[in-house]
Amino acid sequence: MSIEKQTIENLATLARLAIDDKRVEEISQRLGSVLELVDQLQAADTSGLNDSDHPLSETQRLREDKVTETDHRGAFQAIAPDTEDGLYLVPKVID
Amino acid sequence: MHNYTITELIDGLKNRVFSSTEITQYFLARIKTLDPAFNSIITLTEAQALEAANAADQRLAEGNAPELCGVPVVHKDIFCTQGIRTSCGSKMLDNFVPPYDATVVANFRDNGAVMLGKSNMDEFAMGSSNETSFYGPVKNPWSTDSVPGGSSGGSAAAVAARLAPGATATDTGGSIRQPAALCGVTGLKPTYGRVSRWGMIAFASSLDQGGPMARTAEDCALLLNCMASYDDKDSTCIDRPVPNYSANLGDSLKGLRIGIPKEYFSEGLNTGTEQAVRNSLAEYEKLGAELVEISLPNTGLSVPAYYVIAPAEASANLSRFDGVRYGHRCDNPKDLEDLYRRTRAEGFGDEVQRRILIGTYCLSAGYYDAYYGKAQQVRQLIRQDFIQAFEKVDLIMGPTCPSPAFEFGAKGNDPVAMYLEDIYTISTNLAGLPGMSLPCGMVDNKPVGLQIIGNYFDEARMLNAAHQFQQVTDWHQLAPAGIEA
Repeated sequence: MSIEKQTIENLATLARLAIDDKRVEEISQRLGSVLELVDQLQAADTSGLNDSDHPLSETQRLREDKVTETDHRGAFQAIAPDTEDGLYLVPKVID
Repeated sequence: MHNYTITELIDGLKNRVFSSTEITQYFLARIKTLDPAFNSIITLTEAQALEAANAADQRLAEGNAPELCGVPVVHKDIFCTQGIRTSCGSKMLDNFVPPYDATVVANFRDNGAVMLGKSNMDEFAMGSSNETSFYGPVKNPWSTDSVPGGSSGGSAAAVAARLAPGATATDTGGSIRQPAALCGVTGLKPTYGRVSRWGMIAFASSLDQGGPMARTAEDCALLLNCMASYDDKDSTCIDRPVPNYSANLGDSLKGLRIGIPKEYFSEGLNTGTEQAVRNSLAEYEKLGAELVEISLPNTGLSVPAYYVIAPAEASANLSRFDGVRYGHRCDNPKDLEDLYRRTRAEGFGDEVQRRILIGTYCLSAGYYDAYYGKAQQVRQLIRQDFIQAFEKVDLIMGPTCPSPAFEFGAKGNDPVAMYLEDIYTISTNLAGLPGMSLPCGMVDNKPVGLQIIGNYFDEARMLNAAHQFQQVTDWHQLAPAGIEA
Protein backbone atom coordinates (compact mmCIF):
# COMPACT_ATOMS: atom_id res chain seq x y z
CA MET A 1 0.00 0.00 0.00
CA SER A 2 1.43 3.37 -0.93
CA ILE A 3 0.02 6.78 -0.27
CA GLU A 4 -0.52 9.42 -2.93
CA LYS A 5 1.92 12.28 -3.20
CA GLN A 6 -0.92 14.76 -2.76
CA THR A 7 -1.87 13.15 0.59
CA ILE A 8 1.71 13.31 1.87
CA GLU A 9 1.93 16.97 0.93
CA ASN A 10 -1.35 17.70 2.67
CA LEU A 11 -0.19 15.89 5.83
CA ALA A 12 3.11 17.78 5.74
CA THR A 13 1.18 21.05 5.60
CA LEU A 14 -1.06 20.06 8.51
CA ALA A 15 1.98 18.94 10.54
CA ARG A 16 4.04 22.02 9.52
CA LEU A 17 6.90 19.93 8.17
CA ALA A 18 8.94 20.88 5.11
CA ILE A 19 9.33 17.72 3.04
CA ASP A 20 11.89 17.44 0.30
CA ASP A 21 10.42 16.17 -3.00
CA LYS A 22 13.11 13.50 -3.11
CA ARG A 23 11.80 11.97 0.13
CA VAL A 24 8.12 11.76 -0.83
CA GLU A 25 8.42 8.31 -2.44
CA GLU A 26 10.21 6.76 0.55
CA ILE A 27 7.83 8.38 3.05
CA SER A 28 4.83 7.20 1.06
CA GLN A 29 6.02 3.59 1.14
CA ARG A 30 6.91 3.62 4.82
CA LEU A 31 3.66 5.27 5.85
CA GLY A 32 1.85 2.78 3.64
CA SER A 33 3.37 -0.19 5.45
CA VAL A 34 2.45 1.28 8.83
CA LEU A 35 -1.11 1.98 7.70
CA GLU A 36 -1.38 -1.62 6.46
CA LEU A 37 -0.42 -2.73 9.97
CA VAL A 38 -2.93 -0.46 11.70
CA ASP A 39 -5.70 -1.44 9.28
CA GLN A 40 -5.87 -4.75 11.19
CA LEU A 41 -7.90 -2.80 13.73
CA GLN A 42 -10.86 -2.56 11.39
CA ALA A 43 -11.63 -6.28 11.80
CA ALA A 44 -12.02 -6.01 15.59
CA ASP A 45 -15.55 -6.10 16.96
CA THR A 46 -15.79 -3.10 19.24
CA SER A 47 -19.55 -2.62 19.27
CA GLY A 48 -20.79 -1.22 22.54
CA LEU A 49 -17.37 -0.01 23.68
CA ASN A 50 -16.66 3.62 24.42
CA ASP A 51 -13.32 5.24 23.73
CA SER A 52 -11.84 6.25 27.05
CA ASP A 53 -8.67 8.34 26.93
CA HIS A 54 -7.33 7.48 30.40
CA PRO A 55 -5.99 3.92 30.52
CA LEU A 56 -7.49 3.41 33.97
CA SER A 57 -10.75 5.12 32.92
CA GLU A 58 -10.16 7.81 35.53
CA THR A 59 -11.86 11.13 35.01
CA GLN A 60 -9.85 14.29 34.72
CA ARG A 61 -9.28 15.92 38.07
CA LEU A 62 -10.32 19.54 38.44
CA ARG A 63 -8.69 22.16 40.61
CA GLU A 64 -9.91 25.35 42.14
CA ASP A 65 -9.93 28.24 39.66
CA LYS A 66 -7.29 30.41 41.24
CA VAL A 67 -3.79 31.58 40.30
CA THR A 68 -1.10 29.33 41.78
CA GLU A 69 1.85 29.98 39.47
CA THR A 70 4.34 32.77 39.96
CA ASP A 71 5.83 34.79 37.09
CA HIS A 72 8.67 32.96 35.29
CA ARG A 73 8.70 35.08 32.15
CA GLY A 74 12.33 36.11 32.50
CA ALA A 75 13.55 32.52 32.93
CA PHE A 76 11.38 31.26 30.07
CA GLN A 77 12.42 33.99 27.65
CA ALA A 78 16.11 33.63 28.50
CA ILE A 79 16.12 30.38 26.47
CA ALA A 80 14.02 31.68 23.55
CA PRO A 81 15.62 32.14 20.12
CA ASP A 82 14.44 35.76 19.79
CA THR A 83 12.62 38.10 22.18
CA GLU A 84 12.16 41.83 22.68
CA ASP A 85 10.51 43.74 25.52
CA GLY A 86 9.11 40.53 27.01
CA LEU A 87 7.65 39.37 23.69
CA TYR A 88 8.59 36.41 21.48
CA LEU A 89 9.64 37.52 18.01
CA VAL A 90 8.63 35.75 14.81
CA PRO A 91 8.79 36.81 11.14
CA LYS A 92 6.29 39.51 10.22
CA VAL A 93 2.78 38.06 9.83
CA ILE A 94 0.78 41.16 8.82
CA ASP A 95 2.11 43.86 6.46
CA MET B 1 33.17 -0.50 43.93
CA HIS B 2 31.12 -0.65 40.71
CA ASN B 3 29.76 -4.05 41.65
CA TYR B 4 28.02 -2.78 44.73
CA THR B 5 24.26 -2.67 44.43
CA ILE B 6 22.42 0.44 45.60
CA THR B 7 21.47 -1.47 48.75
CA GLU B 8 25.15 -2.16 49.44
CA LEU B 9 26.17 1.41 48.64
CA ILE B 10 23.60 2.74 51.12
CA ASP B 11 25.04 0.42 53.76
CA GLY B 12 28.59 1.51 53.01
CA LEU B 13 27.63 5.20 53.13
CA LYS B 14 25.78 4.85 56.42
CA ASN B 15 28.66 2.91 57.98
CA ARG B 16 31.32 5.32 56.64
CA VAL B 17 33.07 2.62 54.61
CA PHE B 18 33.27 5.26 51.86
CA SER B 19 31.90 8.74 51.27
CA SER B 20 29.52 9.88 48.56
CA THR B 21 32.32 12.02 47.16
CA GLU B 22 34.52 8.94 46.80
CA ILE B 23 31.92 6.84 45.01
CA THR B 24 30.84 9.78 42.85
CA GLN B 25 34.43 10.41 41.77
CA TYR B 26 34.82 6.70 41.11
CA PHE B 27 31.75 6.45 38.86
CA LEU B 28 32.55 9.71 37.03
CA ALA B 29 36.04 8.40 36.25
CA ARG B 30 34.59 5.09 35.14
CA ILE B 31 32.16 6.80 32.76
CA LYS B 32 34.99 8.86 31.27
CA THR B 33 37.14 5.78 30.71
CA LEU B 34 34.58 3.24 29.54
CA ASP B 35 31.64 5.11 28.06
CA PRO B 36 33.32 6.14 24.78
CA ALA B 37 32.78 2.46 23.81
CA PHE B 38 29.05 2.50 24.68
CA ASN B 39 27.88 6.11 24.21
CA SER B 40 25.32 5.71 26.99
CA ILE B 41 25.70 9.22 28.43
CA ILE B 42 24.85 12.40 26.49
CA THR B 43 25.83 14.91 29.17
CA LEU B 44 28.15 14.22 32.08
CA THR B 45 27.29 16.54 35.00
CA GLU B 46 30.60 16.30 36.84
CA ALA B 47 30.61 19.64 38.68
CA GLN B 48 27.01 19.33 39.84
CA ALA B 49 27.59 15.69 40.87
CA LEU B 50 30.58 16.55 43.04
CA GLU B 51 28.68 19.42 44.63
CA ALA B 52 25.69 17.15 45.36
CA ALA B 53 28.00 14.44 46.73
CA ASN B 54 29.62 16.93 49.06
CA ALA B 55 26.21 18.07 50.31
CA ALA B 56 25.17 14.43 50.73
CA ASP B 57 28.27 13.70 52.81
CA GLN B 58 27.35 16.56 55.10
CA ARG B 59 23.81 15.28 55.50
CA LEU B 60 25.13 11.77 56.19
CA ALA B 61 27.49 13.13 58.83
CA GLU B 62 24.64 14.98 60.51
CA GLY B 63 22.53 11.79 60.66
CA ASN B 64 18.87 11.50 59.56
CA ALA B 65 19.89 11.39 55.88
CA PRO B 66 17.14 10.27 53.48
CA GLU B 67 17.21 6.78 52.00
CA LEU B 68 19.10 7.49 48.76
CA CYS B 69 21.41 10.13 50.23
CA GLY B 70 24.75 10.06 48.41
CA VAL B 71 23.76 7.37 45.89
CA PRO B 72 24.81 8.15 42.28
CA VAL B 73 22.25 7.72 39.49
CA VAL B 74 21.81 8.78 35.87
CA HIS B 75 18.65 10.36 34.56
CA LYS B 76 17.27 9.63 31.11
CA ASP B 77 17.66 12.76 29.02
CA ILE B 78 13.87 13.04 28.75
CA PHE B 79 13.56 14.37 32.34
CA CYS B 80 13.99 18.14 32.58
CA THR B 81 16.94 19.18 34.75
CA GLN B 82 17.19 22.80 35.77
CA GLY B 83 20.27 24.46 34.30
CA ILE B 84 21.39 21.26 32.53
CA ARG B 85 20.74 20.54 28.87
CA THR B 86 17.80 18.18 28.31
CA SER B 87 17.93 17.03 24.69
CA CYS B 88 15.45 14.14 24.52
CA GLY B 89 17.94 12.68 22.04
CA SER B 90 16.96 15.29 19.46
CA LYS B 91 18.65 18.05 17.49
CA MET B 92 15.47 20.01 18.22
CA LEU B 93 16.45 20.28 21.89
CA ASP B 94 20.25 20.17 21.53
CA ASN B 95 20.39 23.71 22.95
CA PHE B 96 17.52 23.37 25.45
CA VAL B 97 18.44 24.14 29.07
CA PRO B 98 15.25 23.78 31.14
CA PRO B 99 14.41 26.45 33.70
CA TYR B 100 12.97 23.81 36.06
CA ASP B 101 13.38 20.23 37.32
CA ALA B 102 10.98 17.40 36.49
CA THR B 103 9.14 16.15 39.59
CA VAL B 104 11.04 12.85 39.33
CA VAL B 105 14.37 14.70 39.26
CA ALA B 106 13.30 16.88 42.20
CA ASN B 107 12.27 13.75 44.15
CA PHE B 108 15.75 12.27 43.67
CA ARG B 109 17.42 15.55 44.58
CA ASP B 110 15.31 15.91 47.74
CA ASN B 111 16.24 12.34 48.60
CA GLY B 112 19.93 13.24 48.42
CA ALA B 113 20.73 11.19 45.29
CA VAL B 114 23.62 12.37 43.12
CA MET B 115 23.03 12.83 39.37
CA LEU B 116 26.08 11.69 37.38
CA GLY B 117 24.70 12.64 33.99
CA LYS B 118 21.91 12.39 31.43
CA SER B 119 21.54 9.15 29.51
CA ASN B 120 21.20 8.64 25.77
CA MET B 121 17.90 7.58 24.23
CA ASP B 122 16.01 7.23 20.97
CA GLU B 123 14.91 10.63 19.70
CA PHE B 124 11.81 11.68 21.67
CA ALA B 125 11.73 8.07 22.96
CA MET B 126 10.62 6.83 19.53
CA GLY B 127 12.50 3.64 18.87
CA SER B 128 13.37 0.19 20.13
CA SER B 129 17.06 0.16 19.25
CA ASN B 130 18.54 3.54 20.20
CA GLU B 131 19.46 4.05 16.56
CA THR B 132 17.37 7.23 16.26
CA SER B 133 19.33 9.33 18.79
CA PHE B 134 20.79 12.58 17.43
CA TYR B 135 23.87 11.78 19.54
CA GLY B 136 24.52 8.44 17.86
CA PRO B 137 23.46 4.94 18.86
CA VAL B 138 24.15 3.40 22.27
CA LYS B 139 26.05 0.12 22.04
CA ASN B 140 25.04 -2.94 23.99
CA PRO B 141 27.75 -3.70 26.59
CA TRP B 142 27.23 -7.44 25.97
CA SER B 143 28.01 -7.11 22.28
CA THR B 144 28.89 -3.73 20.84
CA ASP B 145 27.67 -4.85 17.37
CA SER B 146 24.19 -5.13 18.85
CA VAL B 147 21.57 -2.62 19.91
CA PRO B 148 20.88 -2.00 23.60
CA GLY B 149 17.14 -1.75 22.93
CA GLY B 150 15.18 1.43 23.27
CA SER B 151 14.18 3.93 23.94
CA SER B 152 15.90 3.93 27.36
CA GLY B 153 18.99 2.22 25.89
CA GLY B 154 21.43 4.66 27.52
CA SER B 155 20.06 4.01 31.01
CA ALA B 156 20.10 0.23 30.46
CA ALA B 157 23.62 0.17 28.99
CA ALA B 158 24.97 2.43 31.77
CA VAL B 159 23.59 0.10 34.46
CA ALA B 160 24.77 -3.03 32.60
CA ALA B 161 28.30 -1.64 32.17
CA ARG B 162 28.34 -0.66 35.86
CA LEU B 163 28.73 3.02 34.99
CA ALA B 164 25.96 3.78 37.46
CA PRO B 165 24.22 1.58 40.02
CA GLY B 166 20.78 2.84 38.99
CA ALA B 167 18.98 4.98 36.45
CA THR B 168 15.66 6.54 35.62
CA ALA B 169 13.90 5.59 32.41
CA THR B 170 10.51 5.93 30.73
CA ASP B 171 8.24 3.43 29.03
CA THR B 172 5.60 4.22 26.40
CA GLY B 173 5.44 0.83 24.66
CA GLY B 174 8.27 -1.11 26.29
CA SER B 175 11.03 1.49 26.55
CA ILE B 176 12.06 0.43 30.07
CA ARG B 177 11.45 -3.31 29.84
CA GLN B 178 12.86 -4.08 26.37
CA PRO B 179 16.27 -2.37 26.88
CA ALA B 180 16.41 -3.84 30.42
CA ALA B 181 15.93 -7.28 28.84
CA LEU B 182 18.45 -6.72 26.05
CA CYS B 183 21.11 -5.36 28.45
CA GLY B 184 20.52 -7.85 31.28
CA VAL B 185 19.28 -5.44 33.93
CA THR B 186 16.11 -5.13 36.00
CA GLY B 187 13.59 -2.44 35.06
CA LEU B 188 10.06 -1.57 36.12
CA LYS B 189 7.31 0.41 34.41
CA PRO B 190 4.82 1.36 37.13
CA THR B 191 1.05 1.65 36.82
CA TYR B 192 0.04 4.65 34.71
CA GLY B 193 -0.35 7.59 37.08
CA ARG B 194 1.97 6.21 39.80
CA VAL B 195 4.97 8.39 38.83
CA SER B 196 4.56 12.05 37.92
CA ARG B 197 5.00 12.96 34.25
CA TRP B 198 5.56 16.65 35.04
CA GLY B 199 8.77 17.77 33.38
CA MET B 200 9.09 14.46 31.53
CA ILE B 201 9.05 15.43 27.85
CA ALA B 202 5.82 14.00 26.46
CA PHE B 203 5.72 11.43 23.68
CA ALA B 204 2.28 9.80 24.04
CA SER B 205 0.65 11.21 27.15
CA SER B 206 -1.84 8.41 27.82
CA LEU B 207 0.93 5.76 27.66
CA ASP B 208 4.11 7.39 29.00
CA GLN B 209 5.27 6.37 32.45
CA GLY B 210 8.60 6.83 34.23
CA GLY B 211 10.24 4.04 36.20
CA PRO B 212 13.54 2.75 37.61
CA MET B 213 16.33 0.55 36.27
CA ALA B 214 18.97 -1.15 38.39
CA ARG B 215 20.69 -4.50 38.60
CA THR B 216 18.31 -6.00 41.17
CA ALA B 217 14.64 -5.86 42.07
CA GLU B 218 15.64 -4.84 45.60
CA ASP B 219 17.34 -1.74 44.16
CA CYS B 220 14.40 -0.98 41.86
CA ALA B 221 12.19 -0.98 44.96
CA LEU B 222 14.44 1.63 46.59
CA LEU B 223 14.38 3.80 43.48
CA LEU B 224 10.61 3.48 43.10
CA ASN B 225 10.14 4.52 46.74
CA CYS B 226 11.71 7.82 45.68
CA MET B 227 10.22 8.19 42.17
CA ALA B 228 6.57 7.47 42.96
CA SER B 229 4.62 10.39 44.34
CA TYR B 230 1.33 12.14 43.91
CA ASP B 231 1.84 15.35 41.97
CA ASP B 232 -0.73 18.09 41.59
CA LYS B 233 1.10 19.32 38.52
CA ASP B 234 0.32 16.13 36.57
CA SER B 235 -3.44 15.94 36.19
CA THR B 236 -3.28 12.21 35.31
CA CYS B 237 -1.22 11.34 38.38
CA ILE B 238 -3.28 9.21 40.76
CA ASP B 239 -3.75 10.32 44.36
CA ARG B 240 -3.01 7.16 46.30
CA PRO B 241 -0.56 6.54 49.13
CA VAL B 242 2.87 5.29 48.04
CA PRO B 243 3.63 2.04 49.88
CA ASN B 244 7.13 1.08 51.01
CA TYR B 245 8.12 -1.11 48.04
CA SER B 246 10.97 -2.66 50.03
CA ALA B 247 8.71 -3.93 52.82
CA ASN B 248 7.45 -7.17 51.26
CA LEU B 249 10.44 -8.31 49.21
CA GLY B 250 11.08 -11.21 51.55
CA ASP B 251 7.54 -12.65 51.45
CA SER B 252 7.16 -16.28 50.41
CA LEU B 253 5.72 -17.03 46.96
CA LYS B 254 3.87 -20.09 48.21
CA GLY B 255 0.44 -20.18 46.62
CA LEU B 256 1.17 -17.31 44.19
CA ARG B 257 -0.84 -17.85 41.01
CA ILE B 258 1.12 -16.96 37.87
CA GLY B 259 -0.76 -16.65 34.59
CA ILE B 260 1.07 -17.75 31.45
CA PRO B 261 -0.58 -16.19 28.39
CA LYS B 262 -0.50 -18.67 25.53
CA GLU B 263 -0.38 -15.77 23.04
CA TYR B 264 3.08 -14.84 24.39
CA PHE B 265 4.54 -18.18 23.34
CA SER B 266 3.46 -18.26 19.72
CA GLU B 267 5.29 -17.87 16.40
CA GLY B 268 8.03 -15.29 16.24
CA LEU B 269 9.43 -16.21 19.65
CA ASN B 270 13.11 -17.20 19.56
CA THR B 271 13.51 -20.81 20.77
CA GLY B 272 16.40 -19.96 23.10
CA THR B 273 14.41 -17.10 24.61
CA GLU B 274 11.43 -19.40 25.08
CA GLN B 275 13.58 -22.02 26.79
CA ALA B 276 15.10 -19.47 29.19
CA VAL B 277 11.64 -18.15 30.09
CA ARG B 278 10.22 -21.66 30.61
CA ASN B 279 13.19 -22.58 32.83
CA SER B 280 12.46 -19.49 34.94
CA LEU B 281 8.81 -20.41 35.24
CA ALA B 282 9.91 -23.84 36.51
CA GLU B 283 12.04 -21.99 39.08
CA TYR B 284 8.90 -20.16 40.23
CA GLU B 285 7.13 -23.48 40.68
CA LYS B 286 9.98 -24.58 42.93
CA LEU B 287 9.43 -21.40 44.93
CA GLY B 288 5.88 -22.53 45.57
CA ALA B 289 4.01 -20.65 42.83
CA GLU B 290 1.32 -22.23 40.72
CA LEU B 291 1.39 -21.77 36.92
CA VAL B 292 -1.96 -21.24 35.23
CA GLU B 293 -2.42 -21.09 31.47
CA ILE B 294 -4.42 -18.02 30.51
CA SER B 295 -5.44 -16.30 27.30
CA LEU B 296 -5.16 -12.64 26.32
CA PRO B 297 -7.01 -13.04 23.03
CA ASN B 298 -6.62 -9.46 21.81
CA THR B 299 -2.82 -9.37 22.13
CA GLY B 300 -2.47 -9.30 18.34
CA LEU B 301 -4.36 -6.03 18.17
CA SER B 302 -2.06 -4.24 20.59
CA VAL B 303 0.66 -3.30 18.09
CA PRO B 304 -1.80 -1.83 15.54
CA ALA B 305 -3.69 0.04 18.29
CA TYR B 306 -0.46 1.39 19.69
CA TYR B 307 0.73 2.62 16.29
CA VAL B 308 -2.39 4.72 15.98
CA ILE B 309 -2.61 6.06 19.54
CA ALA B 310 1.09 6.75 20.13
CA PRO B 311 1.74 8.66 16.88
CA ALA B 312 -1.58 10.52 17.19
CA GLU B 313 -0.70 11.76 20.67
CA ALA B 314 2.90 12.42 19.59
CA SER B 315 1.79 14.55 16.65
CA ALA B 316 -0.18 16.73 19.06
CA ASN B 317 2.53 16.83 21.76
CA LEU B 318 5.33 17.61 19.32
CA SER B 319 3.44 20.52 17.78
CA ARG B 320 4.89 22.62 20.61
CA PHE B 321 8.31 22.51 18.97
CA ASP B 322 7.93 25.41 16.59
CA GLY B 323 11.15 27.42 16.89
CA VAL B 324 9.48 30.26 18.77
CA ARG B 325 9.93 29.73 22.51
CA TYR B 326 12.89 27.35 22.91
CA GLY B 327 14.91 24.75 21.07
CA HIS B 328 16.10 24.74 17.48
CA ARG B 329 15.15 27.54 15.07
CA CYS B 330 16.01 27.56 11.36
CA ASP B 331 18.13 30.37 9.89
CA ASN B 332 16.56 33.28 8.00
CA PRO B 333 12.91 32.21 7.83
CA LYS B 334 11.10 34.09 5.07
CA ASP B 335 7.75 34.00 6.86
CA LEU B 336 6.07 32.34 9.85
CA GLU B 337 5.04 29.24 7.87
CA ASP B 338 8.60 28.81 6.63
CA LEU B 339 9.87 29.22 10.21
CA TYR B 340 7.64 26.40 11.45
CA ARG B 341 8.21 24.05 8.55
CA ARG B 342 11.97 24.33 8.20
CA THR B 343 12.59 24.42 11.97
CA ARG B 344 10.68 21.16 12.35
CA ALA B 345 12.19 19.49 9.27
CA GLU B 346 15.69 20.36 10.48
CA GLY B 347 15.11 19.65 14.16
CA PHE B 348 13.32 16.29 13.96
CA GLY B 349 14.91 13.08 12.65
CA ASP B 350 13.29 10.72 10.13
CA GLU B 351 11.48 8.39 12.54
CA VAL B 352 10.01 11.30 14.50
CA GLN B 353 8.79 12.95 11.29
CA ARG B 354 7.31 9.66 10.12
CA ARG B 355 5.37 9.26 13.37
CA ILE B 356 4.15 12.86 13.26
CA LEU B 357 2.84 12.25 9.74
CA ILE B 358 1.13 8.96 10.73
CA GLY B 359 -0.42 10.65 13.75
CA THR B 360 -1.59 13.58 11.67
CA TYR B 361 -3.15 11.15 9.20
CA CYS B 362 -4.98 9.23 11.95
CA LEU B 363 -6.34 12.45 13.45
CA SER B 364 -7.26 14.19 10.21
CA ALA B 365 -10.84 14.92 9.21
CA GLY B 366 -12.58 11.83 7.86
CA TYR B 367 -10.13 9.37 9.44
CA TYR B 368 -10.42 10.18 13.15
CA ASP B 369 -13.22 7.72 13.95
CA ALA B 370 -11.80 4.93 11.80
CA TYR B 371 -8.34 5.16 13.33
CA TYR B 372 -8.07 7.00 16.64
CA GLY B 373 -11.60 6.28 17.85
CA LYS B 374 -11.33 2.63 16.82
CA ALA B 375 -7.92 2.23 18.45
CA GLN B 376 -9.24 3.66 21.73
CA GLN B 377 -12.05 1.10 21.65
CA VAL B 378 -9.62 -1.73 20.93
CA ARG B 379 -7.68 -0.49 23.92
CA GLN B 380 -10.74 -1.28 26.05
CA LEU B 381 -10.77 -4.84 24.65
CA ILE B 382 -7.12 -5.28 25.63
CA ARG B 383 -7.79 -3.88 29.08
CA GLN B 384 -10.74 -6.24 29.58
CA ASP B 385 -8.52 -9.22 28.64
CA PHE B 386 -6.22 -8.33 31.52
CA ILE B 387 -9.04 -7.58 33.99
CA GLN B 388 -10.51 -11.02 33.31
CA ALA B 389 -7.10 -12.68 33.64
CA PHE B 390 -6.42 -11.01 36.98
CA GLU B 391 -9.63 -12.52 38.36
CA LYS B 392 -7.84 -15.88 38.14
CA VAL B 393 -4.16 -15.05 38.73
CA ASP B 394 -1.97 -12.72 40.82
CA LEU B 395 0.74 -12.02 38.25
CA ILE B 396 1.29 -12.68 34.57
CA MET B 397 4.66 -13.83 33.22
CA GLY B 398 6.22 -14.37 29.82
CA PRO B 399 9.06 -13.14 27.64
CA THR B 400 9.83 -9.40 27.58
CA CYS B 401 10.74 -9.46 23.89
CA PRO B 402 10.77 -12.04 21.10
CA SER B 403 14.55 -12.45 20.82
CA PRO B 404 17.87 -11.25 22.28
CA ALA B 405 19.57 -8.05 21.09
CA PHE B 406 19.75 -7.76 17.30
CA GLU B 407 22.57 -6.17 15.32
CA PHE B 408 22.62 -2.53 14.27
CA GLY B 409 20.77 -1.93 11.03
CA ALA B 410 19.00 -5.31 11.19
CA LYS B 411 15.53 -3.72 11.20
CA GLY B 412 16.49 -0.34 9.80
CA ASN B 413 14.49 -0.38 6.58
CA ASP B 414 11.31 -1.85 7.90
CA PRO B 415 9.53 0.18 10.57
CA VAL B 416 6.94 -2.57 11.06
CA ALA B 417 9.63 -5.19 11.91
CA MET B 418 10.99 -2.78 14.51
CA TYR B 419 7.50 -2.15 15.90
CA LEU B 420 6.95 -5.91 16.40
CA GLU B 421 9.92 -5.91 18.81
CA ASP B 422 7.45 -4.50 21.36
CA ILE B 423 4.70 -7.07 20.83
CA TYR B 424 4.79 -8.41 24.42
CA THR B 425 5.24 -5.05 26.14
CA ILE B 426 2.83 -2.69 24.38
CA SER B 427 -0.42 -4.12 25.72
CA THR B 428 0.44 -3.25 29.33
CA ASN B 429 0.90 0.41 28.34
CA LEU B 430 -2.44 0.37 26.52
CA ALA B 431 -4.08 -1.08 29.64
CA GLY B 432 -2.10 1.20 32.00
CA LEU B 433 -0.78 -1.82 33.93
CA PRO B 434 2.63 -2.15 35.59
CA GLY B 435 5.24 -4.38 33.95
CA MET B 436 8.83 -5.27 34.67
CA SER B 437 11.72 -7.18 33.15
CA LEU B 438 14.45 -9.10 34.90
CA PRO B 439 17.38 -11.15 33.62
CA CYS B 440 16.44 -14.84 33.31
CA GLY B 441 18.94 -16.50 31.00
CA MET B 442 21.46 -16.14 28.18
CA VAL B 443 21.23 -16.94 24.47
CA ASP B 444 24.38 -16.62 22.32
CA ASN B 445 26.05 -14.68 25.14
CA LYS B 446 23.23 -12.16 25.19
CA PRO B 447 20.77 -11.65 28.06
CA VAL B 448 17.12 -12.71 28.01
CA GLY B 449 14.42 -10.91 29.97
CA LEU B 450 11.51 -12.39 31.89
CA GLN B 451 8.51 -10.08 31.95
CA ILE B 452 6.25 -9.79 34.98
CA ILE B 453 2.93 -7.99 34.54
CA GLY B 454 0.99 -7.04 37.63
CA ASN B 455 -2.48 -5.81 38.43
CA TYR B 456 -3.03 -2.07 38.91
CA PHE B 457 -0.81 -0.66 41.69
CA ASP B 458 0.54 -4.12 42.47
CA GLU B 459 4.21 -3.13 42.00
CA ALA B 460 5.11 -4.42 45.49
CA ARG B 461 3.98 -7.94 44.60
CA MET B 462 5.92 -7.85 41.30
CA LEU B 463 9.06 -6.70 43.10
CA ASN B 464 8.57 -9.41 45.71
CA ALA B 465 8.32 -12.07 42.98
CA ALA B 466 11.37 -10.68 41.16
CA HIS B 467 13.40 -10.45 44.35
CA GLN B 468 12.61 -14.03 45.36
CA PHE B 469 13.71 -15.22 41.89
CA GLN B 470 16.95 -13.27 42.28
CA GLN B 471 17.60 -14.99 45.62
CA VAL B 472 17.78 -18.39 43.89
CA THR B 473 19.29 -17.43 40.50
CA ASP B 474 22.34 -15.42 39.49
CA TRP B 475 21.45 -14.14 36.00
CA HIS B 476 21.27 -10.60 37.38
CA GLN B 477 24.84 -10.87 38.65
CA LEU B 478 26.42 -11.72 35.30
CA ALA B 479 28.50 -8.95 33.78
CA PRO B 480 29.42 -8.33 30.13
CA ALA B 481 32.91 -9.40 29.05
CA GLY B 482 35.44 -6.71 29.90
CA ILE B 483 33.27 -5.46 32.76
CA GLU B 484 34.73 -7.34 35.70
CA ALA B 485 31.93 -8.73 37.83
